[in-house]
Amino acid sequence: MQVIVAEDISKKYIIDHQKAMRKSSTFRDTFSEKFKHFFGKGAQDEIEKEEFWALRDVNFTVEQGDRVGIVGHNGAGKSTLLKILSKITEPSAGKVTIKGRVASLLEVGTGFHPELTGRENIYLNGAILGMKKHEIKAAFDSIIDFAGVEKFLDTPVKRYSSGMYVRLGFAISAHLSPEILIIDEVLAVGDADFQKKCLGKMRDVSESGRTILFVSHNLAAVQSLCNRAFYFEHGQLKMQGDTTHVVNNYLSHVAKTNLEHYWETPEQGPGNDQVRFRTLRIDPDFQEGKNYIDVRTSVKVHIEFWNMLERADLNLSLHLYAFTGECIFNVGTTSQSFEKGLVTATLEIPGNFLNDGSYVISIMVVKDTSTVLFQLPEALSFEVEDHREGVTWYGKWPGYVRPQLNFQINQSEVLV
Amino acid sequence: MKFSDEVVIEAGHGAKNYWKDLWKNRELLWILSKRDLSVRYKQTAIGAAWAVLRPFATTVVMVFVFSKIARLKGDEGIPYPLMVLAGITIWNLFANTFTQISHSILINSNLVTKTYFPRLIMPLSSVIVGFIDFLISLFLYAVIAIWYQHPPNWQIILLPVFVLLSLFAALSFGLIFAVMNVRFRDIGQLIPFLVQIGFYVCPIAYSGKLVEANHDVWWYDIYYLNPLVSIIDGFKWCLLGDGAFFKIEHLYSAMGIIALTLGISIYYFRKEENSFVDYI
Repeated sequence: MQVIVAEDISKKYIIDHQKAMRKSSTFRDTFSEKFKHFFGKGAQDEIEKEEFWALRDVNFTVEQGDRVGIVGHNGAGKSTLLKILSKITEPSAGKVTIKGRVASLLEVGTGFHPELTGRENIYLNGAILGMKKHEIKAAFDSIIDFAGVEKFLDTPVKRYSSGMYVRLGFAISAHLSPEILIIDEVLAVGDADFQKKCLGKMRDVSESGRTILFVSHNLAAVQSLCNRAFYFEHGQLKMQGDTTHVVNNYLSHVAKTNLEHYWETPEQGPGNDQVRFRTLRIDPDFQEGKNYIDVRTSVKVHIEFWNMLERADLNLSLHLYAFTGECIFNVGTTSQSFEKGLVTATLEIPGNFLNDGSYVISIMVVKDTSTVLFQLPEALSFEVEDHREGVTWYGKWPGYVRPQLNFQINQSEVLV
Repeated sequence: MKFSDEVVIEAGHGAKNYWKDLWKNRELLWILSKRDLSVRYKQTAIGAAWAVLRPFATTVVMVFVFSKIARLKGDEGIPYPLMVLAGITIWNLFANTFTQISHSILINSNLVTKTYFPRLIMPLSSVIVGFIDFLISLFLYAVIAIWYQHPPNWQIILLPVFVLLSLFAALSFGLIFAVMNVRFRDIGQLIPFLVQIGFYVCPIAYSGKLVEANHDVWWYDIYYLNPLVSIIDGFKWCLLGDGAFFKIEHLYSAMGIIALTLGISIYYFRKEENSFVDYI
């Protein structure tokens, strides 16, 4: 039986470029805009209203008992979809029909008040999630047991550790008994043990015939939990179907982001009258059967540029940045004397070194080891996907790098 | 599996069972009110005593300034401090409820962006909080009325009418401000200012008789356009007895204005509530 039917749903936002920097508008802005508009000046260049479609003509159906994983980049429309399904925001067009009681968990511990005790917050949060008082009462012991906070039941939650806070929040929502459960990125928080509990709980829920919609960046968790997947891109449902199939497609698509640039002639290439780039390329050495970069994949960075100077001492310097802007490393070639013409360089980044995430490479051409001739800030970018074996933990692996170091463990003595 | 309900989500259509949903969520309404009440005096030394102390202190200051310095007189046979306290009691009910309603959506923005429930729950819970504060103030009034040995007459039975009217007035103005507050933070700046003006414009520290004495001045009709004026007069009349000034004719127009505003503001709120999350 179909429990969710979405027909042509779209969600439009109007982005006001002029005010984009400010969080909210004030009367004065509105008035002054009206004023300017009235006198016909500045209206075009200052107030640039742009339509942004967070979702566009999305159609899908979900069967009862489906566990649907929703994947896609940030801003692809996943969260907007969940908000529409949870009735938090309404679609700009289209229609969704939902059969059954929906509970959405877009955040762990929604509405927790820091000044209230754990006990009070259980009732508060339960009511916010749509539980009746007698339902909360019935589940109360099981909630505190699941969260493991019985000692702190009468302590204000502002004194809780972040782990306790999250555990309590999840424990309450785990005791919801909806027919359809909508979950947004809850596994990103909490420790390994807790995450195992969460996944187990979610499996229990789905085995009892309930339907789950689950958004996560964590593809391993999606693959282990879901039987179907939706892949969203730029507000559109790009693909749906069997989880493994959709996830692989998503990953191979991700991997194509910005792996190669090539310019035929020096005039076209980026640079100046001293140096111009010809080729920038990332060559991954894919794992067998894969067509995307994961944490095991080694990659080669190829750089080719025209040197327009008559005999110069040049070297290259390469920075690798995490998507968030931190520099992971900076490597340089030795400085050598080059004639006018093409120069090539190759850097190998080994597998089992970078953590999963998005990376950006910037390249500098340096003369006489001191003068920067030209710098290309975002020359190449690529993504490294997660891969795990022999673990049951699906949280975000911490750290910028994930090297395989020689870490030995042995039993040194046996107690009898 | 049995399905409890079917929901259709469509552009431009508010939830079909809105009022039924509201009723279903009455426990949430209560628990949000309880949250606001229990949170307010956390980490204070004297706790809920503040609820009594604040109106009491205001009254003492008012009585001193208006009766000793400005030498205002109350109505015949009514202790001036008692009249001021009655005025402050009903005014605080309106002003506190109105202020809290106006901020109710913003304060709960974490709920608005993460979960669904009929948004009217938030302003309504402010009404409950305002009413409970009022009960405490009314108790303070009762104690002081006993001190002055000034028992109420038969009119006391009409007191709930004026309390209700004052809550409706708070709701009708508050809802509009609550919606506008989501988009324009100016409202937050404006509200304390409006409340302060209201305090002097309404017959709180003075008797309505002083206004009535001026009934041929140009601002007389405008003055009574403010529905709070006759609500306050009426409330004082209920508590203080026949000696207090109250003209029932003024009440009819006040009720009309409140009913009209309430209709408009509920319509406006319902129309905008689905887009709160996009602007908050």
